[in-house]
Amino acid sequence: MIFTIGPMVASLVFSLTDWTIGAPAKFIGLDNYDRLAGDPLFWKSLNVTTYYTLGVVPLTLLAGFVVALLLNQGVRGRSFWRTIYYLPTLVPAVASSVLWIWIFNPDFGLLNSLLRQGGLPTSSWIYGERSAVPSLMLMSVWGFGNAMVIFLAGLQGVPRHLYEAVAIDGGGTWARFRHVTLPFMTPVIFYNLVTGVIGTFQVFNQAYIMTQGGPNNATQFYIYYLYTKAFTDSEIGYASALAWVLFILVLVITIALFRNARRWVYYEIGAAR
Amino acid sequence: MALWIVLGLGGAVMILPFVWLVRSALMTDNQIFISPPEWLPEPFAWSNFTGAMSSRPFARYFLNTMIIEVLVVTGTVLTCSLAAFSFSRLRWRGRNLVFGLLLTGVMLPYAVTLIPTFVMWGSLGALDTFVPLTLPAWFAGAGGGVFNIFLFRQFFLTIPYELDEAAYIDGATPWKVFWSVIMPLSKPVIVVVVIFTFIGVWNDFLGPLLYLTDDSKFTLALGLAGFQSTYTAQWGFLMAASLVVILPITLIFFALQRYFVEGVTLTGVKG
Repeated sequence: MIFTIGPMVASLVFSLTDWTIGAPAKFIGLDNYDRLAGDPLFWKSLNVTTYYTLGVVPLTLLAGFVVALLLNQGVRGRSFWRTIYYLPTLVPAVASSVLWIWIFNPDFGLLNSLLRQGGLPTSSWIYGERSAVPSLMLMSVWGFGNAMVIFLAGLQGVPRHLYEAVAIDGGGTWARFRHVTLPFMTPVIFYNLVTGVIGTFQVFNQAYIMTQGGPNNATQFYIYYLYTKAFTDSEIGYASALAWVLFILVLVITIALFRNARRWVYYEIGAAR
Repeated sequence: MALWIVLGLGGAVMILPFVWLVRSALMTDNQIFISPPEWLPEPFAWSNFTGAMSSRPFARYFLNTMIIEVLVVTGTVLTCSLAAFSFSRLRWRGRNLVFGLLLTGVMLPYAVTLIPTFVMWGSLGALDTFVPLTLPAWFAGAGGGVFNIFLFRQFFLTIPYELDEAAYIDGATPWKVFWSVIMPLSKPVIVVVVIFTFIGVWNDFLGPLLYLTDDSKFTLALGLAGFQSTYTAQWGFLMAASLVVILPITLIFFALQRYFVEGVTLTGVKG
């Protein structure tokens, strides 16, 4: 906890100062936060990031869950398939970003050349203002392997005898899924949901390596904006204020998710609530 | 059969970018940028691999990475599972409050805590050693480790509490319950944490970049990135090196994932 709390407090103090690297820090109270409210790029970055999160999190969860269910069947070559589906997650962020820059390239990229061969209309992908964020969503969902692996591990914990009980009561596949698998998986679904939201709100690599926030600020993700403020414009005070706004925002969302979870997450121990 | 077709189609989509990586790794730079793109290298540019591997001491980087891996993976699994055990199966005052506080720690963008953390390690004289990269793992992961505690906790919460009670009635201590009841039933999640932690360290770029300066202490990821800045124009080299770095973890994942199959049957527990 020391590794976390110390730096957190330091950044809170920074956020109350007008501190630009090279000049002495000056205490200015809440002025940074005031400035945020009137900063169109702040609102833009918040919008872009929220849009991205709303797209990526549900899609990743759904893809991960469905594939985990499929791969948990007694299909032959299961190890092989699992590895295939997990492969994208193994590629280091820098390498996968470089790889996708090519895939998205409108002229010699993989996607447009496939579309052309199929006689379909092509897209400008990350180079178009409207298509940039959906393109990055596509790339992120490609890496649903982590969610899938967690779901797979979770599926192993579902007690087998309950399936037998459903079968005795005359329930079919759907009843088994609905009354046994799904309730037992809710803690794991919840985990993937919370960490997915926390993670996607902090997306940075793609914006940094692939688009630099462009075109026309279409991929001005929150952390990327924060990063440019801190390390390009050297405005540490303002960047710290940005960080704290994001922190409070994610905190509120997480608390809301935990509260809401009481209604649908099923635990073996009632005391855990 | 239908399942096979679905998996095959999905798998093809998943692997396509990877195939793209492989074919690029085997092409000369001239061929990579041809439009419309070609799928087969002509000729196969194996020299990308030999060139990439001999340009840097990758064996040394591999050894450094493995030292950090062993220390971090062991520390993370032991301390995070223990913390999660405390958060899910022991009752104490303020338990949920402390857990909540821990979770908030990962919500502050890491870019912000970067500088203060760096200054802290500097004042402790730990720069250019493996200490900043390995020691936090022995304190329940610190920072990102919170996700592991959360993951363990969510799994522990699905294990029937009757098992603990039965063990306590037999005179077991909490330690005994942790080691002999909970951990053996948690193999799938332990494997997940091992895999995630292993890959995290393997691909971690920022940590080694900040703390290591001496080339003989570099990790694979750092070597790969340095590679990228040295050979910005040589895409084939970069793709070949990336492939060499990805291959070992792919094999490790392939070997580890079979432990998911050893499911928990929980016989003898009647809900």
